[in-house]
Amino acid sequence: MDGVHDMGGMHGFGPVMREENEPVFHEPWEGHVYALGGSSNLGLFPNLDASRYALESLPPAVYLAASYYERWLLRTERRLVEQGHITEEELADRLAFYRANPEAPVPRHQDDALLERAKARFTGRPKPLHRPDGAPPHFSKGDVVRTKNIHPKGHTRLPRYARGKVGVIDRVHGSHDFPDTIAHGLGANPQGLYSVRFEAEELWGPDAEGRGCVHLDLWESYLEPAEGQNTHGEQDHARRP
Amino acid sequence: MPDDRDGHHHHPLPETPAALRTKAIESLLVEKGLISSDAIDYIVQKFEQDIGPMNGAKVVARAWVDPEFKRRLLENGTEAIAEMGYWGSQGAEIVVLENTPTVHNVVVCTLCSCYPWPVLGLPPTWYKSAPYRSRVVREPRAVLREFGTELPDDVEVRVWDSTAEVRYMVLPERPSGTEGMSDPELAALVTRDAMIGVTRVQAPALVR
Repeated sequence: MDGVHDMGGMHGFGPVMREENEPVFHEPWEGHVYALGGSSNLGLFPNLDASRYALESLPPAVYLAASYYERWLLRTERRLVEQGHITEEELADRLAFYRANPEAPVPRHQDDALLERAKARFTGRPKPLHRPDGAPPHFSKGDVVRTKNIHPKGHTRLPRYARGKVGVIDRVHGSHDFPDTIAHGLGANPQGLYSVRFEAEELWGPDAEGRGCVHLDLWESYLEPAEGQNTHGEQDHARRP
Repeated sequence: MPDDRDGHHHHPLPETPAALRTKAIESLLVEKGLISSDAIDYIVQKFEQDIGPMNGAKVVARAWVDPEFKRRLLENGTEAIAEMGYWGSQGAEIVVLENTPTVHNVVVCTLCSCYPWPVLGLPPTWYKSAPYRSRVVREPRAVLREFGTELPDDVEVRVWDSTAEVRYMVLPERPSGTEGMSDPELAALVTRDAMIGVTRVQAPALVR
């Protein structure tokens, strides 16, 4: 979706603000919001792309006004109600309680199975991303490709600033699950994933800053062959071997 | 959206502070037996104490002193990093990018906040912020200058936008004046920001 989360290349956000010796979590609630999914059997989202889509779907003004973990909190609140784990009424009542009693503690619940599962997430090697049974990659290193000019309403990982641009396949990652469908329960559709190199001038035209390029990881479905084009998007009249 | 906006304010966020809203949902989930309080504490503690840029710094220091390890690291980052005991969520596949006198790599996620957790931990706020995400793909030199990093015009800047599940980490250049230093001494010089690619590793004289 063409949302405010797709920020690459936008103007107007000002300088990068840094914080010296920044803590991992600024306040305990941030850590709790972060850990909530992994500490439960809630099954909030079936996969990462579905959870990303939920963040992207926050109203634009909310997305921009919220801090990072406030976005997570808003997403989690909404999802818990959607899934029926808690009701709107319960939540409203409990919010009223904590507004009236801000120092009241949160009760604890012990569940050894959930604790063991949380620990296991840190010990086991993650599953490889490559899907041996997926559609094999069709492009090879060095192939010239053009990204499609597409504007899907749903989740996508092709940023606006890199649509309709010519680049070169720099690395073939293998066959990976496709975010645009897996986010919406439409199947994993594993297919070729590539690191594609775009020259700065191709992306930003004469406003490019200088010598450089941007690499994006892009799926087969985003790409079409562009032989006969040079990497600045113009017709290449040079003879190709 | 379940919230408690009172309609009198134009601010788009709920009135109740996030800390109290978190208490509200967590207490409800505890009462329903859906969540483990110990698991929350465990996960928070892992990221506050065990998983962070000190891991990536050890990888970098070893690559600086062990050419064979460096070769493996650049060829297959995931496996070389696993040799040192680091793996996990947001690190199923890690590609390591070598900075040289002629090529400078810098990593971003313009669409969200993708970051190589096993080697760098959770990202700093600036990495997830609109200014960094919007600007570093378009004007990386200007952004790096704000971090105090001046790149000569003839250096090629490669920006890596983490749009898939592959994660990127920068292998910074080893600074001069570090000859003969041990792995732990070298690792102490390596910063998170250098492994994202927004700064260089400073020679020890400048660190002191």
